[in-house]
Amino acid sequence: MTNHWVDIKNADLVFVMGGNPAEAHPCGFKWVIEAKKTRKAKLVVVDPRFNRTASVADYYAPLRPGSDIAFLGGVINYLISNDKIHHDYVKHYTNAAFLVDTKFGFDDGIFSGYNEEKRSYAKDSWKYQMDKDGYAMVDETWQDPNCVWQLLKKHYSRYTPDVVAQVCGTPKDAFLKVCEYIAETAAPNKTMTNLYALGWTEHSVGSQNIRCMAIIQQLLGNMGMAGGGINALRGHANVQGITDFALYAQNLPGYVGAPTDADKDRSTYLEKRTPKAMRPGQMNFGQNFPKWFTSLCKAWWGDAANKDNDFAYDFMPKLGGASDVLQMFDQMYQGKMTGFFCQGFNPLASVANKKKVSDGLSKLKWLVVMDPLATDTSEFWKPHGEFNDVKPAEIQTEVFRLPTSLFAETAGTFTNSGRVIQWRWKAADAPGDAKDDTEIMATLFLKLKEMYAKDGGAFPDPILKLTWAYNQPTKPSPEELLREINGKALADVLDPKDPTKVLVKAGEQLPSFAMLRDDGSTTCGNWIYCGVWSQAGNLSARRDNADPSGLGQTLNWGFAWPVNRRIIYNRASADLSGKPWDPKRTVLKWVGDKWGGNDVPDMRPDAAPDQNVMPFIMNPEGVARLFCRDLMAEGPMPEHYEPFESPLEANPLHPKNPKAKSNPAARVYKGDMEAFGTAKDFPFVATTYRLTEHFHYWTKQSKINAIMQPEQFVEIGEELAKEKGIKAGDKVKIRSNRGFIKGVAVVTKRIKALDVDGKKVHTVGIPIHYGFKGATKPGFITNTLTPFVGDANTQTPEYKAFLVNIEKA
Amino acid sequence: MNMNRRQFFKVCSAGLTGSSIVAMGFSPTAAQAEVRTFKLARATETRNICPYCSVSCGVLIYSTGDKSKNTPAEIIHIEGDPDNPVNRGTLCPKGAGLRDMVQSANRLKWPEVREAGSAEWKKISWMEAFDRIAKHMKADRDANFMPQNKDGVTVNRWTTTGFLASSAAQNEAGYLTVKTLRALGMTSIDTQARI
Repeated sequence: MTNHWVDIKNADLVFVMGGNPAEAHPCGFKWVIEAKKTRKAKLVVVDPRFNRTASVADYYAPLRPGSDIAFLGGVINYLISNDKIHHDYVKHYTNAAFLVDTKFGFDDGIFSGYNEEKRSYAKDSWKYQMDKDGYAMVDETWQDPNCVWQLLKKHYSRYTPDVVAQVCGTPKDAFLKVCEYIAETAAPNKTMTNLYALGWTEHSVGSQNIRCMAIIQQLLGNMGMAGGGINALRGHANVQGITDFALYAQNLPGYVGAPTDADKDRSTYLEKRTPKAMRPGQMNFGQNFPKWFTSLCKAWWGDAANKDNDFAYDFMPKLGGASDVLQMFDQMYQGKMTGFFCQGFNPLASVANKKKVSDGLSKLKWLVVMDPLATDTSEFWKPHGEFNDVKPAEIQTEVFRLPTSLFAETAGTFTNSGRVIQWRWKAADAPGDAKDDTEIMATLFLKLKEMYAKDGGAFPDPILKLTWAYNQPTKPSPEELLREINGKALADVLDPKDPTKVLVKAGEQLPSFAMLRDDGSTTCGNWIYCGVWSQAGNLSARRDNADPSGLGQTLNWGFAWPVNRRIIYNRASADLSGKPWDPKRTVLKWVGDKWGGNDVPDMRPDAAPDQNVMPFIMNPEGVARLFCRDLMAEGPMPEHYEPFESPLEANPLHPKNPKAKSNPAARVYKGDMEAFGTAKDFPFVATTYRLTEHFHYWTKQSKINAIMQPEQFVEIGEELAKEKGIKAGDKVKIRSNRGFIKGVAVVTKRIKALDVDGKKVHTVGIPIHYGFKGATKPGFITNTLTPFVGDANTQTPEYKAFLVNIEKA
Repeated sequence: MNMNRRQFFKVCSAGLTGSSIVAMGFSPTAAQAEVRTFKLARATETRNICPYCSVSCGVLIYSTGDKSKNTPAEIIHIEGDPDNPVNRGTLCPKGAGLRDMVQSANRLKWPEVREAGSAEWKKISWMEAFDRIAKHMKADRDANFMPQNKDGVTVNRWTTTGFLASSAAQNEAGYLTVKTLRALGMTSIDTQARI
């Protein structure tokens, strides 16, 4: 979230698309109702199903799963062609005036630089024209045909209301009505908040769905505003925190890009990742990158990371290529992996194409499952009737199952979707011999360290020299770890403007990442968390819910990253002179000699408005990007592509170009392209979703939740039910090209057939929560059906739009 | 103020008058004595966070005992934390079932192994589990660790053992996990954030 949960109450329009918060995030959705009640805010929902959020909306419009970019591209076109934009905001705070390389082009669905064989782009032309001083060139009149504004206008002029209706199946009048609601928030003192979730991310074009909204919110001037922003309603209670700590390959903690094979030494690595300002006078906060990375190396390897060995640069493994969950399971499937750990993760249920996942796990030498519960994954080798039809004797994987503790049995912090880090206290011990994840990781690591110290082996240095200053070595406490994450000064940190002044004394906890240094004098385990445990103590444990501004900022409740800022890009909530666009919802304002207001400024505190330091300080441009140069895999402006399994023969926007049917830059593995089904055999669009009574594959283990929603069902429209002779309550079989599941038919008015490109398209809705382990009725795993292909940038699988057939079981 | 239960209800039925008496601090002592004791009054209250969705609702966990060494706590009730500025005491149907999650019949209580080709679980000690897993890890790391790539660039990575990390774990556990995995040279790492 750029904003936070309570801030939703400040919106004038709540636009929900790609999510269903009334169902999936009910206690956060409360703030939507609050906005409706107290501000008379409107709620608009666009979704394939008339869902629980739609049921309390002021307006609902349907669309076909996987056609979101066509819809949102239509909104962009509407705003531009009807002049519903916040002019001053777009002029000063976006890259509308920037000039793009003249070699950049777009031809029938494909951007310049495409390599069909590699399914990827050479992006050399996706950049700005630069002047002799190394700054991007601009045309303040927006007339140059190669300025971002003109390119954007041209690109989306094709997305007319008729095209939207043709591609999405949304009735034209419904689409226009939604546009009218959105357009109202172009007024400087009106805001729209956007709430989205997996309904946008789980597509082969997921990231570009969100990019569309980023463009819309820039055109409307809604970023940085109270009641504005783009707000991802995320999954687990600490999925934000675990993302921040980079429990994935391509980053290190704090979104510090992990070194790759192309970064042969520290200086190459740092130079590539430390941006230069693209416009004069901008903060370009990313210039501090070397401080973040060096402080991390110091936190991990202490004295063994020093100037003489490039701060232990070689201790950090270099990434050889993609290493996401789909890639790992593909490697496993090919027999290229030996061992695997599942820590509180149930991939047999949650990863696409269960058969491929199961076959992969069967090829491992060993598997370790760390979990509080007996998961489906831990028993992938065990026959459970037709739900898991396997023969144990044929599976040679050695499986360890280690019992771990649940939330109530540990202390430490969770970070919510609004980036607020909150401390939790332990209530009871875990049952039996269960241990906390921390103790398991520590014990395993120390055991390996002992073996390497005694017997040697491959490159033992980073293991032997890892810092481990914990009172009880096998049980590092959450307090010790959070202090390490925050970081401290190893030597006095001096004021760069006046070296006689000591800002932080040696040995003290750091108050903020502004104190980090790249000379090895500071440590920090995650720079964006710096400040959470300063000399003032554990700020994540603060419990003062006072809200003097009335905006719901509660600045003394927990600690939000970065630096306790609650609304990011908040400098953009005020005009160029520092006056709030809406004084009634002041987030930030210039108060003569500094920035004041109701939040921690997202700006150098003394940067006077006349210095023209622009609000998007993490971008080297200083402004937000309508055109995002080479930062996305499939293009600098979103284009509609069909899901990999589409009910249509071609992309209606590019009917004659098969290369542009589906995301041209999405990665497809050998064998998976062949496993895609076609509309001839699988005529119906399927989309998976969640129920309010269940959380993923977890609450099926909880008795009361199992009683509330006991078994798999499948939701189909009345028209399709009639066509197929299916009655409510019938057992039905759903097949995709990868397998089948069975469930009880729920015949509903909530999903209607849509008229898409002259063809009637039915959608089948499939909840995901069931499996063969748990308190619910034993059932199939929904991801038996889903395709093994992901978004080109994130590799998030396409769970939300694929093809199935349905019949009475 | 002395009155019995019946008299108290009689006063209360007069509406505003009755509730005002309580509000003014004249609580009917005898009536109080007769009301069933509030079950959570003697429980220990602990502040925590619901582990399900990212609203991360504050919860109050009630357990028996006072957390002293010889009185193992048992969690008897979980409800929303009214002080939490986001959920303000509310919980959804998922969070309302938290106690049943803590007490799920499928909670694991001891380490187990399923040997290659076997059809059943076997209980093992933690010591055996750690020992066997660490040996597996070292054997694979020593066999497949890549110090340099084919172009001679130092890469120091180990890709043949993978790790899916939990987004339900606390930040501190996640931090220690990433710290140890990277020190081992692992790059095959991912978490639920992606899916």
